[in-house]
Amino acid sequence: MPEPQKTVTEHFVAPVLEDQGRAGIENQLDAKPSNLWRDAWKSLRKNPIFIISALLMLFVLFVVAFPGVFTSASPNSNCMLSNANGSPTDGHPLGFTNQGCDIYARVVHGARASVLVGFGATLGVLVLGVIVGGLAGFFGGWVDAIISRVMDIFFAIPLILGAIVLMSVPVMRQNAGIVTLAIVLTVFGWPQMARITRSAVLEVRHAEFITAARSLGMGKLSILFKHVLPNAAGPIIVIATISLGIFIVAEATLSFLGIGLPPSMLSWGHDISAAQPQLRTNPEALLWPSLMLSVTVLSFMMLGDALRDALDPKGRTQ
Amino acid sequence: MSTSTRVETPETAGATERTPLLELRNVGITFKTTTGDVEAVKDTTITVMPGETVAIVGESGSGKSTSALAAMGLLPSNGRVSEGQIFFDGEDITHPSRKRLEALRGREIGMVPQDPMSNLNPVWKIGFQVRETLKANGLPSTDADVAQALKDAGLSDAEQRMNQYPHEFSGGMRQRALIAIGLACDPKLLIADEPTSALDVTVQKQILNHLDRLTDEKGTSVLLITHDLGLAAERADRVVVMQKGRVVESGPAQALLQNPQHPYTQELVRAVPSLTPEDIGAEDEGAAADEIVSIKDLVKEYKIRGSWGRSTQFRAVDQVSFGIRKGHTTAIVGESGSGKSTVAKMLLGLEDITSGTIEVNGRDISTQSGKEWFDFRRRVQPIFQNPYGSLDPMRSVFRTIEEPLRVHKVGDVASRRQKVHDLLDRVALPRQLGDRYPSELSGGQRQRVAIARALALDPEIVVCDEAVSALDVLVQDQVLKLLGQLQEDLGLTYLFITHDLAVVREIAHDVCVMESGRLVEVGSVEDVFENPQQDYTKHLLDAIPGKDLLETA
Amino acid sequence: MAWYLIRRILQMIPVFFGAIFIVYFLMFATSGDPTAALCGDRGCTDATKAALEAQYNLDQPFIVQFLLYLKGVFTLDLGKNFSGRPILSVIADTFPNTVKLAIIAVIFEAIFGVLLGLIAGLRKGTWYDSGLLFFSLILISIPVFVLGFVSQFVFGIKLGWTSPTVGSGAPLTDLLLPGMVLGGISLAYVLRLTRNSVAETRDADHVRTATAKGLSRRRVINVHVLRNSMIPVVTFLGADLGALMGGAIVTERIFNINGIGNQLYRAINLGDGAMVVSLVTLIVIVFVLANLLVDLLYAVLDPRIRYA
Repeated sequence: MPEPQKTVTEHFVAPVLEDQGRAGIENQLDAKPSNLWRDAWKSLRKNPIFIISALLMLFVLFVVAFPGVFTSASPNSNCMLSNANGSPTDGHPLGFTNQGCDIYARVVHGARASVLVGFGATLGVLVLGVIVGGLAGFFGGWVDAIISRVMDIFFAIPLILGAIVLMSVPVMRQNAGIVTLAIVLTVFGWPQMARITRSAVLEVRHAEFITAARSLGMGKLSILFKHVLPNAAGPIIVIATISLGIFIVAEATLSFLGIGLPPSMLSWGHDISAAQPQLRTNPEALLWPSLMLSVTVLSFMMLGDALRDALDPKGRTQ
Repeated sequence: MSTSTRVETPETAGATERTPLLELRNVGITFKTTTGDVEAVKDTTITVMPGETVAIVGESGSGKSTSALAAMGLLPSNGRVSEGQIFFDGEDITHPSRKRLEALRGREIGMVPQDPMSNLNPVWKIGFQVRETLKANGLPSTDADVAQALKDAGLSDAEQRMNQYPHEFSGGMRQRALIAIGLACDPKLLIADEPTSALDVTVQKQILNHLDRLTDEKGTSVLLITHDLGLAAERADRVVVMQKGRVVESGPAQALLQNPQHPYTQELVRAVPSLTPEDIGAEDEGAAADEIVSIKDLVKEYKIRGSWGRSTQFRAVDQVSFGIRKGHTTAIVGESGSGKSTVAKMLLGLEDITSGTIEVNGRDISTQSGKEWFDFRRRVQPIFQNPYGSLDPMRSVFRTIEEPLRVHKVGDVASRRQKVHDLLDRVALPRQLGDRYPSELSGGQRQRVAIARALALDPEIVVCDEAVSALDVLVQDQVLKLLGQLQEDLGLTYLFITHDLAVVREIAHDVCVMESGRLVEVGSVEDVFENPQQDYTKHLLDAIPGKDLLETA
Repeated sequence: MAWYLIRRILQMIPVFFGAIFIVYFLMFATSGDPTAALCGDRGCTDATKAALEAQYNLDQPFIVQFLLYLKGVFTLDLGKNFSGRPILSVIADTFPNTVKLAIIAVIFEAIFGVLLGLIAGLRKGTWYDSGLLFFSLILISIPVFVLGFVSQFVFGIKLGWTSPTVGSGAPLTDLLLPGMVLGGISLAYVLRLTRNSVAETRDADHVRTATAKGLSRRRVINVHVLRNSMIPVVTFLGADLGALMGGAIVTERIFNINGIGNQLYRAINLGDGAMVVSLVTLIVIVFVLANLLVDLLYAVLDPRIRYA
């Protein structure tokens, strides 16, 4: 071990290196322009979670759009009670339900309703939540006070509970279907999106570039849409992706409880509910739709997580 | 500061053959990042002798804090000392065990951190946070000991104050609490990382004086980290100048300041406004130019909601009257809470006027119609402080500068494009920068973009609200020069809001001194600086770091 | 402090009435003839109908009905359900079971969520962290009823560790598995919240200062990191209590627990409006009280709040 040094150099001057001369105005540019979206894309491309979840999601969407590609068996019409609770056979790789329907076909065709309800509700929540939350955050004062109280009221009613009550209203029950269910989930799901938008807006509301825009004489709404909301887009996109998963679960739960989609429509929730009595004897009828449901939700949740890392620096997990 | 009063060992007896208290020898510090390893500090040698005060000076990103923190084992988890050695009192502490490190911290090496607002735990009482320091280092920790530590740091009413929470303290008081914590265990070395840069100049001076006295009495060595060369030269025995992770020059404070050898140091010394005042603003021909803005009895009151729903009136601006000469720079200077920014906001029409008038070109702005306001905004434009907050991160530079033209429907696409390019030329930015987004720009570049945006509509008056305060000293110098040039070329009128008197001297023609909402003194820069009439102004001038050096130099 | 609490209580009043109003409105104002469900397809005699209308104040304007219902809530006179039992006694029988279930769930999610979150947060960026985050994602993605059935099948039927359904009287040992299922998703949220909060606090300036004071690592974590990180977690746990009551509908059905969730499910299928509204009112009351408790805890944990 070298000995500590005993004296202090009186006046040390480093040799001048190339990059140490007169600073001058630094105008050097990196090779490629970038912005939030490009940076986000760059980091997403390298994120295995994003790649896996995006591929999964594309797969699910493909199944939703073209179920016929995966199975020629019809989920309903070919049910034969003679096949009830049957084991896998040729062309029926997952066996049969207690009604003698092909589990594989039902799982493939069951994707559509759940995913459509999820997309519908997410769209509804995006429109309603972003507008309401944006107005509350941007205008503040009594607008915010009123909207926040209304949001509090809706927060006191859990999503599933509210949806159950609303679905039990005769008008809703009689018209039960994908659109109705999406509307019902929107009615009780918007406060979450509104809250996120509101806080994202609050964060940028007092930024100096907003004051600069006001000093230009820009109108309030124009500032809200041109400067404030684009800057709040990151967290909103993240929450929207996660909401997709949550609404798919909600649809399945409601259908499981027998209060979501009408029994005539195919849904994983129905199938899981129908398979419940045979849990001991024919667990496959319950496990396969459950697995598909969980994997679908997982793909959206993972996607949301990956997007959060890239788009929402505050919620970053890395 | 003074010589050591610590134990006389053979090493410390002779003046030349002493063991340094702290020695960083050829230290390199590497950070692991997602894009690979970055060597933030390279081949850095810093020596602190017992009883000595050494200042490390540098711009942000120069590695000054990193080097000092490495000595306490406080590097972020992705950083490590990758080269060289660190000695403390002769002992190699380059890679100490956790136990040894915990013993070193507090007892041997104390720290006073930078930002008093974020460095105290908000959920614990001040007394608790001092007490645990004493306890952890095996010192007596009765209420009396805790109160004494706080008292030593210059906190009055320590017995009561120790039962309060950090949020009940002002910035200056918090910094005193942090000094109490840093010095509670009588460390041999105190690392003071920008201990006062978040504070007003007058408070800064008090606290630094107090810190000086304390470390003098106890013979504590101090490693002072600062961006302010003036402050470093005033407070330290020796100064180490760092740039881009390397030491470029080190030596006795006075020698270094008066006779800088390295080109970087030379440039730094030239750029510090308090050390070498130069007149940047347009020539003041002395003739009485027209007053373009005249402010009379201006008052701004805010309602403050107190507890139990009571609300009280708070006067942020109280009966302020002054004028702004056309083509000149008027500075409003004051500490935080003086109301200086509120005056600027009222002139910009961003805050309502409670009473009094602001006349621009003889027109009372509060009587303007909506249409007149819109036109008025073309003539009065702002530049703000925070280079990171003043540009919309989602917009390219081109769109940012073009926006005022679009909003006011000036010209067509082609002529707007031409105008943006002219503006970029004017603020000395390359045209290709137009495609870039703010996150890719440096602080100085951003501030230039903000200036270009403010100039897009050819305004007569530009309000600069702390426009250079957040910039490193060299960049600050460049931006100030640019503002001076633009004033000369375009005949702009500036209202310059700042807390920094040294900057005022460089750029302003007239100056208004404000204190808690009131105008204390108004006059030309020469009059106010050479012959201040009010105690408060004298006090402010006195507190400029490095001022005395300038006078003796 | 007092002002803060009073303000929070004042803010909770519209939440309380608003939430009950929404549910009341949905159950009674939109259904046309509320007696139809009770009378069934065959219909009732006019006399029975009139009696029913009197019981539910259906002869009054809607807003008066609502006010009379609120009066009932405050005088603990909730009327009778379709089978003629006083609603209050149904609640008295079933609510304790749901409370037990929810408490097991909260304790489970709090202990394991915070513990795992702390491990992940302190080791941010390591494999522990990535693994735990992925685990939490999987947990969030599995719907409660799937988790319920799978654990019922595995632990109840295949392994036989616990009874697959909950017996009468809802003994605690039977409720353990349902409680864990109910708290499972929330556990994932608590884990993630704790992890982010710890990771952020760990890098906070004041934690660095605490380290620089010479405190031991254990003390820095316990006194400075953990304490500060718990503030958002406590807020979540309180708000979650209401959500758990909602989630109990599913869990109680799977494990056949005689709680308010099961009652609510039955009442909705029967169209028993009075019962539904009463049960939802109860859940809203739990939500409001839990939130007030959180506000109180918040003020204790974060001194800055007391003066806000």
